[in-house]
Amino acid sequence: MNVDIPTIVPMVDTTVVPHGPDPDAPKPFAVLAGFATADDLVVATRKAVAAGYTRLDTHTPYPVAETADAIGYPKSEMGAVMLIGGLTGAFAGFFMQYWNNAYGYSLNIGGRPYMSWPSFVPIAFEMMVLTAALSGFFGLMALCGLPRLNHPLFNSTAFDRFSRDQFFLSIEAVDPKYDSAATLAFAATLNPVSVEEVME
Amino acid sequence: MHPLVLNKHDLVSVGDAIGNVVLEGKHPRGWWIGFLAGFAMLQVLAISVAWLFYMGVGIWGINVPVAWGFAIINFVWWIGIGHAGTLISAILLLLHQKWRTSINRFSEAMTIFAVMCAGVFPLIHMGRPWFFYWLYPFPNIAGVYPQFRSPLTWDVFAVTTYFTVSLVFWYIGLVPDLAALRDQAQKKWQRILYGLLALGWRGSAIHWRRYEKVYLLLGGLSTPLVLSVHTVVSFDFAVSIVPLWHATIFPPFFVAGAIFSGFAMVVALAIPIRHWYKLEDFFTDHHMDVMAKVMLATGFLVTYGYFSEVWMAWYGHSLYEWGTTIERIFGPYGWSYWCLIFFNCGIPLTLLWSKKVRRSEFWLEVCCISILIGMWFERYVIVITLSRDQVPSSWGRYNPTIWDYATMVGSLGLFFFLFFLFIRYLPMISITEMRELLPKKQGGGGGHSIMENAP
Repeated sequence: MNVDIPTIVPMVDTTVVPHGPDPDAPKPFAVLAGFATADDLVVATRKAVAAGYTRLDTHTPYPVAETADAIGYPKSEMGAVMLIGGLTGAFAGFFMQYWNNAYGYSLNIGGRPYMSWPSFVPIAFEMMVLTAALSGFFGLMALCGLPRLNHPLFNSTAFDRFSRDQFFLSIEAVDPKYDSAATLAFAATLNPVSVEEVME
Repeated sequence: MHPLVLNKHDLVSVGDAIGNVVLEGKHPRGWWIGFLAGFAMLQVLAISVAWLFYMGVGIWGINVPVAWGFAIINFVWWIGIGHAGTLISAILLLLHQKWRTSINRFSEAMTIFAVMCAGVFPLIHMGRPWFFYWLYPFPNIAGVYPQFRSPLTWDVFAVTTYFTVSLVFWYIGLVPDLAALRDQAQKKWQRILYGLLALGWRGSAIHWRRYEKVYLLLGGLSTPLVLSVHTVVSFDFAVSIVPLWHATIFPPFFVAGAIFSGFAMVVALAIPIRHWYKLEDFFTDHHMDVMAKVMLATGFLVTYGYFSEVWMAWYGHSLYEWGTTIERIFGPYGWSYWCLIFFNCGIPLTLLWSKKVRRSEFWLEVCCISILIGMWFERYVIVITLSRDQVPSSWGRYNPTIWDYATMVGSLGLFFFLFFLFIRYLPMISITEMRELLPKKQGGGGGHSIMENAP
C-alpha cells in the first residue's frame, strides 16, 4: 500500500538565520600596508591622502616627520603643556618659600628680610624644571593614550616588524571612505611589501 | 668627516647588534667580573651603613673643624660624575652633535646611578637619617619647615629635581627601544617585561611628533638644570665666609670640574665595555677622540680655576686667603694639593694633546682614571681647608677612618652593581637613534640625528 506520508512542514523556520551582522564577528580595524623604506612610506601616505582617506596613521621605527606632515598633524601641543606646567611649578615653588619663610615659619637669620627673594630663586627654578619635565612626560602619555597594553594593530603578526625593518601605513576602519575590499585593493597599488586587514 | 657607524649596518643588524646583547643574555667574562666585584663592594656598603646606623657618625673621622669629611667629598665627586651624562644627552643634543648618539643612553644611565650614589652620602651623614623627610616642606604640627635661604636646602631640591628629570629623560628615550626589544624578543618573560615597560608604543606618527618635541624640550630644560645643580653644590661652599671658599669662581669652576670627571668616567667605562660586547662599530675611535678633546678643554678650565684661586688670594691682599693658600699648598696636607695638580693637570693635560694617546685604549684609560683620582683630590683639598681655622686654638687634623674608606668603596660598589645590571637588561646604545643615523640606502633616516625636525 502506498500511503502518502505528507512531509511535515513546520510552521516556523527553526534554522538560525542571522539578522544583521553578528555582534561577535570580528570587526575590521584597519588596512595595514608595510613598506620596505621610509621613502616608500612617505610616497604611499601622500597618495592615500590624495585619494581622500582621512583617518590614517603611520608606524615607523624612527620618526619620519614627512608622514605626519602629509597626514596633516598639527604642531605638537607639548610645548604649551610643558610651559604651563613649568610656570605653575615656578610660581608654586616661589610661593611656598615666600609663605613659609615670611608667614608660616619665619626665621630671623642675621636680621635678613623674611621676603629675601633672591635666595628663593634657586628652588623656584628647580621646581619649574621639575614640573615642566613631569608635565611633559605625563602630558605625552595622556595625549597619546599611553600606556596602552593592547591595541588592535598588535593582532597583526606582521606589525611586529614596525620596530625592526618595516614602515607601516594604516587606514583605519573609522574612515568614512573605508570599505574592506576597496581599501585593500587601493593599498595594494601603493607598492607595499605586505597588505592585510587587521581585525579588532 | 668621520663615519659614526662603521661597517655596513642596516636597520636589522643595528637592532640585532644592540638588542641581542640584552635578549640573548650571554655575557662575556668581563661582565661577570664587573658585576661580581660590584656586588661584593655593595656588601661593604651595606655593612658600613649598618654599623653607621648602629654607632652613629662617630665611627667616621669627622671632628669639629672638619665636620664634613668624606661624605661631602664623595657627594660632590659623584654628582660631578653624573653631569657628563646630562651634558651628552642635553647640551650636545641642542648643539646637533651627532656623535652623542652612541654614548647618550649609556651615560644617562651612568648619571642616574651616580646621583643615587651621591644621594647616599648626605643622607647617611645626617646622623638621624630616618628623619630625612624633614628636609622637604610638608605640613606638620611641629611647625618645622626647611630654611629656604640655606644652600643645603637648595641642594635637596636641586639633587632631587636632577635625579627625577634625568630619570624621565632617560625613560622617554628608552620607550621606543623597549618596543623594539618587545617585538624582537623570543622568550615569553622578555616579551612580557619589555611589553610592560614599552607602554604600548607603536611608533605612530602623532606619537613620534609629540615625543620628539618632549625630548627636545627636556634637552632644553636639562641644560640649565645641569649647570644649576653643580652651581648650587658649589654654593654649599661659596656662600660661607671660609677663606678660599667664598669665591665667585666656584660655580663655573665646579661645573667645569664636573664635566671633566664625568667625561672621564664615561670613557673609562666605555673602553672596556665596547671591547667586551664588540660594539666598536658604534662607539668608534673617533668618539674616544672627541671625548678626549672635551676632557682636554675642561681640564684647562679646571686648571685655570686652580690658578685663579691662587692669583686672587695673592692679588686680593687678603691675609687670610693668602695664608690659607700657603697652608693648602705647603701645609700638613700639601701632599694632597700636589696629588690634585699631578692627576688633574699633569697627566691629562700633557698626554691628551697627542692623537695617539686619544686613540689608544690603554693610554686614554690611564688618563681617565687619573682624572677621576684628581677630581676626588680636588674636593679633598677643599674640605681639608677647614682643618686650619684662623685661631690656632681651633686647629685640628682630619684623618679618615676605615669606615670612611669602606663607605667610599661601597658607593663604588653600588654604582657598578647598578651599571652592570643596566647593561644586562636594557639596550646600552639607543637603537632608534642609531637607525636614524644610518644612510638612507641602508634603511636609515639619512643621517639626520633624532629631534632635528621636532615641530
